[in-house]
Amino acid sequence: MSATASAGTRATAVNVLMAGVGGQGVLLASEVLALAALEAGLEAKQSEVHGVAQRGGSVVSHVRFGPRVHSPLIRAGGVDVLYAMERLEALRYAHTVRPGGAVVMNDHAIHPVAMPGAAATAYPEDVPGFLSGRGYRVSAVPALATAVELGDKRVANVILLGVLSTLLPLEEGAWTAALAGRFPERFRDLNARAFAAGRRLAESPPPPTPL
Amino acid sequence: MRALLSGNEAFARGAYEASVRFATGYPGTPSTEILETLAAGGDVETHWAVNEKTALDIGMGVSLSGKRALVTMKHVGLNVASDTFMVLPYAGCLGGLVILSADDPGMHSSQNEQDNRYYARFAKVPLLEPVDPQEAKDFVRTAFEISERFETPVLLRSTTRISHAKGVVKLGEPVPGPDRTYTTDIPRFLVPPFARRRRPTVEERLARLRGYSETFPMNRVEEGDPSVGVIASGVAYQYAREILPEATFLRLGMSFPFPAELARSFCRRFETVTVIEEGEPFVEEQLRILGITNIRGKDTVPLMGELNPEILAEAILGEAPPAGFETEIPIPPRPPLFCLGCPHRAVFYVLKTLMKQDVVALGDIGCYTLGGLPPYSSMQTSFCMGASVGNAVGFWEGNREDGGKKAVGIIGDGTFLHGGIPGLIDMVYRGSGTTLVICDNSTTGMTGQQENAASGRAIGGEAAPRIDLARLVEAIGVTDVRTVDPYDVKRLRRTLVSAIRNPGPSVVIARHPCLRIPGEREKIRPPIAFEAEACNLCKLCHELGCPAITWRDGEGPEIDALQCVGCEMCTAVCHPDALHPAEVAP
Repeated sequence: MSATASAGTRATAVNVLMAGVGGQGVLLASEVLALAALEAGLEAKQSEVHGVAQRGGSVVSHVRFGPRVHSPLIRAGGVDVLYAMERLEALRYAHTVRPGGAVVMNDHAIHPVAMPGAAATAYPEDVPGFLSGRGYRVSAVPALATAVELGDKRVANVILLGVLSTLLPLEEGAWTAALAGRFPERFRDLNARAFAAGRRLAESPPPPTPL
Repeated sequence: MRALLSGNEAFARGAYEASVRFATGYPGTPSTEILETLAAGGDVETHWAVNEKTALDIGMGVSLSGKRALVTMKHVGLNVASDTFMVLPYAGCLGGLVILSADDPGMHSSQNEQDNRYYARFAKVPLLEPVDPQEAKDFVRTAFEISERFETPVLLRSTTRISHAKGVVKLGEPVPGPDRTYTTDIPRFLVPPFARRRRPTVEERLARLRGYSETFPMNRVEEGDPSVGVIASGVAYQYAREILPEATFLRLGMSFPFPAELARSFCRRFETVTVIEEGEPFVEEQLRILGITNIRGKDTVPLMGELNPEILAEAILGEAPPAGFETEIPIPPRPPLFCLGCPHRAVFYVLKTLMKQDVVALGDIGCYTLGGLPPYSSMQTSFCMGASVGNAVGFWEGNREDGGKKAVGIIGDGTFLHGGIPGLIDMVYRGSGTTLVICDNSTTGMTGQQENAASGRAIGGEAAPRIDLARLVEAIGVTDVRTVDPYDVKRLRRTLVSAIRNPGPSVVIARHPCLRIPGEREKIRPPIAFEAEACNLCKLCHELGCPAITWRDGEGPEIDALQCVGCEMCTAVCHPDALHPAEVAP
């Protein structure tokens, strides 16, 4: 994608919005991305909210990096890549992606809890297809299923980071250093395998729509 | 050395580099992580105070001892501490004293929007506003230097997007503070009898601070397009930089006392100056007081809610943000919910059943505010920390003669200690026929499981003296005190009904630890088993609003075994016994 021009030479920041459901490791993943940018010698900012806002289940984090970053929040419509750990959350934030931008998503659904007495809203069907139809370059990958194959469903977020990494102007070494720096030693091997699995997923599966 | 730090982590780093002797405060979003980070670092003594006023009193005590103190709180915390805050400038401080208040524009996790910059003007103390984590760190030391040089407390003001946004920070090394020695000075520190004599000191200091503000290095002009002038502070400066990247900026790191001459000469250079600030027109008003009229501010930039780049782009450039896809495809919300196994769930489930008996639950501040939302909707009020107790006493007064509604106060353990105790004394002293339910989950839950005086642990997790809530309540004079585990839903209901029937003051302590407390999660039990043949489709289990229970029409509940924590609340509400703990499943 266009963001593959070296981030150091871009006049503006690279903008990645990261979304999911509480417990999926979205905030951790966004911290790893910001650290990878730091490893690459760039400026990085990352923003999230805490408190009762966290009880909502929907989690979103803004990551921006480049030679100079001002706002910790991405201007809606300026997201280069949306990283989504869940289909519905991809849909919730996709309109903030710039025209022609990319969506990498874990092809997985977590249904919102239906409140007793309230009419249940249907869970949207074929989110990747809908988003492709709106002109986004969509990669929907089985990050959770791949994580389960690797023996730990918690690494789904790292697998999706592997997919994301193929779209961003950051060297693989920066990612490796960021992962190593953020997690305890005992997770180093598992995370490395998860990240590599994500990079393979990005190469192998046919994205639903051509770029 | 460079590090990626949140604003709160950077404030903590700044306190470490400023060699703060003691840091205290009360948890409150978005300020909480400052003390947590300091405690984890282990270099600065830290303490969770019982509320923001005791925190500030302790901070002033440290200052009187000649040492540096940092006191942290969320914006509404300064309301609690304001009695102390307003009088401190009369005495001034000895050791540096910095009050760090974090505002929550947009009310992500708060009951109001409150621009605490006004507190600086109200109390006549200097105000610093960082724009990013680097300044957050640097301003802590600057604030202590100002505090000691001018012998005044300093208000360091953060907001959600300063506190909870990470950025790259250049770290420094600790520099020792100028420790001073306390000497008796009654005309200075015994304020009331000498207040008139001290009053001019406040104004003289303010005049000197005005001069300082004119040359404060972070009140500075950043040259750009000579035809576009912007005045901005805080995180709004960063948004403005995105939307008007070429503009000439007057960036205010110290917006009170206001650098009048700097602002006047800046405004003279432009036909119109745009004032971009989040929240109230604090800077704008000070410009208007100076008679500067070639400005646009809150007539253009929204007053309410958080700012962000797209809101500013719409306000200033007229560019509408992109619309969501809701009109084309369903995007169901994920409403906030009690966590799996949350003990509060049972309390509000039972209260809902009691609403038919004219029981009105007047609530408080905490996770349990969710008890006022579907599917429970059984906590009917919530205003501020500790209000539930007095509200219940007053509601009872207004209803008792006509035998109308029965008042029940709902309060958490942390909130009770923070602001509920005086209200309970009122309840006893007045002989009020009110029931207070203390939802004791043994932690300060909403802000992320901070320790409190009833949890038996100090900040950082080590053992600490534990305030026994039941004995405290008895000591106040409540004779009807009952403790119950809310997981035992049937007993909880019986206990509540019996307490509410008591014509005198009564307290029910509904005690079960929050599952998010480290170690509690490991105690979860096997998932609940469902016996379809026994189910009468009454839906009572569904009414619990448990995220692990999905209702299937005509079939009954489906228990998500991956989510279920085996709390057994659903087994207690199931009359036909179709739900069982796993070990006794048929």
